[in-house]
Amino acid sequence: MSSPSASTTAAPSALSIRGIRKRYGALEALRGVSFDIQRGEFFALLGPNGAGKSTLISIIAGLVQASEGSVAVLGHDTVRDYRAARRLLGVVPQELVFDPFFKVRDMLRIQAGYYGCGKEVWPWIDEMLERLDLTAKAGSSMRALSGGMKRRVLIAQALVHKPPVVILDEPTAGVDVELRRMTWAFMSDLHRQGTTVVLTTHYLEEAQELCSRIAILDRGSVAVIEPTRQLLARHPYRFLRIKLAGAAQLPEALRPLITGESDGTLELKLETSRNPIGGVFDALRTAGIAIEDVHTREPDLEDIFIELTGHPAKAGGATAGAAK
Amino acid sequence: MTPDQLGFYTLLKKEVMRFWSVLGQTVTAPVITALLYLLVFAQAMKGRAPVYPGVGYTEFLVPGLIMMTVIQNAFANTSSSLMQSKMMGNIVFLQMAPIGPFEWFGAYVAAAIVRCALVALAMLLVTMPFVQLPVHAPLALLAMFLLSAGSLAVLGLIAGIVAEKFDHVAAFTNFFITPLSFLSGVFYSVHALPPLWFKASHLNPFFYMIDGFRYGFFGHADVPIVYSVLWAFGFFAAASAVCLWMLVTGYKLKR
Repeated sequence: MSSPSASTTAAPSALSIRGIRKRYGALEALRGVSFDIQRGEFFALLGPNGAGKSTLISIIAGLVQASEGSVAVLGHDTVRDYRAARRLLGVVPQELVFDPFFKVRDMLRIQAGYYGCGKEVWPWIDEMLERLDLTAKAGSSMRALSGGMKRRVLIAQALVHKPPVVILDEPTAGVDVELRRMTWAFMSDLHRQGTTVVLTTHYLEEAQELCSRIAILDRGSVAVIEPTRQLLARHPYRFLRIKLAGAAQLPEALRPLITGESDGTLELKLETSRNPIGGVFDALRTAGIAIEDVHTREPDLEDIFIELTGHPAKAGGATAGAAK
Repeated sequence: MTPDQLGFYTLLKKEVMRFWSVLGQTVTAPVITALLYLLVFAQAMKGRAPVYPGVGYTEFLVPGLIMMTVIQNAFANTSSSLMQSKMMGNIVFLQMAPIGPFEWFGAYVAAAIVRCALVALAMLLVTMPFVQLPVHAPLALLAMFLLSAGSLAVLGLIAGIVAEKFDHVAAFTNFFITPLSFLSGVFYSVHALPPLWFKASHLNPFFYMIDGFRYGFFGHADVPIVYSVLWAFGFFAAASAVCLWMLVTGYKLKR
């Protein structure tokens, strides 16, 4: 393994992304993306469909050539020093790909061999099979597995060489709740043991719950990159949901604040500095309108995501926002 | 073993395991096909004058059939393996691994050579009841086998890289590999051809592969063995240069 590139410090970032551009003819999929992911972070890379997340991950993984810019994994350039960079990186691809010729355990051992790992990782392979509830399927052909099982094998394949940096590209897309929980429990354990985890997901509640820092890509550029708490705090709104008694109508002055309505419950978006909740109650009292039910909601990642990108995280999907 | 060597060895082993898991298709079937050619042609051409002094037609035919089968299987092994990986998407496992283009090249080509060696040995074995082939020049035999199997394995890799669907590989097989291997002197000596076809045969690289291989058995050939070795080596070197350029630059493999 060669030494880290001269441009990095003694303790290089887990991932260093510098000025990445990717052009497909006239289309510019990535427009000069730069950021660092520190060692030991649980980092989320979010963005609407077509934002460039998968292209960026493919560039980091060596599947796509960047038009400009560079990526380093723990200081090792992914092009000039690709062998060292790839040994430090594990990537779970988004697509459910598999090799139909092999059985699960054989496939994992082959994958380990690609990374220069021999029998010394076989106990680790068996441990992963156990943790991912695949032991019973270790001798089965990849063809015989369900979609969820194939997804778990993909996770094991990415981790087979014990990489210190792991990227998961939508690992829970289309899988059931139980598997999502199992996946995140496993990844959280690895993170606690020092693994840097980078995640893309449409389930924003996952990113909000698991990740300490979040980058949102939009139209090929970084729209924002901040610690999760700071990102949530930057939203200067709160939401008030009220159900008015009888057939009462909201006073005219409050109507511009309505952002949604369902089953007779109105949702008002209140700017914390300009629209105190007390002011809404005062206006309703003055108009002689009684309230049947009321509650407030703090903004979450979905609100910020929509604010920054203008899109929901997943159109019509089971996002945090849709579940509110 | 260094990690890089282990990576190469693993890829080679995986490629061997791949064809081994479908041995009926990859080894048995081509041997049976070649045997059928042998039975039909040996019967049809029975009684003809020896092609070379002391070499009957059946004896003459066997080395050519072996080499033709080697040529076709070397190409099929690498092209189908790579194409299946591309179509199934599992090529990403290899692309994301710390395996360099030279190891990639070497492992695929070596695995194809292993398959061809199995096919060739199986053919020698099953034809033993019909003909006992002498071995005149074992080194020439080995060189021609390795260069020929290697060349076609590399050509298969190129086809696998360039092809965007199975139809493209099939077209390469049907319009290039099969015609050139059939028109390469497997079933006849090129001296029996009309002048135009005689000259045209000398532009066919597969002709030299078969002719040189046959020399290894009988010590007789249509062209001097050195020409055959040089042609086969030149073909291997040129195809390898193109293939390695594709692998190093990521041509058609990296978007």
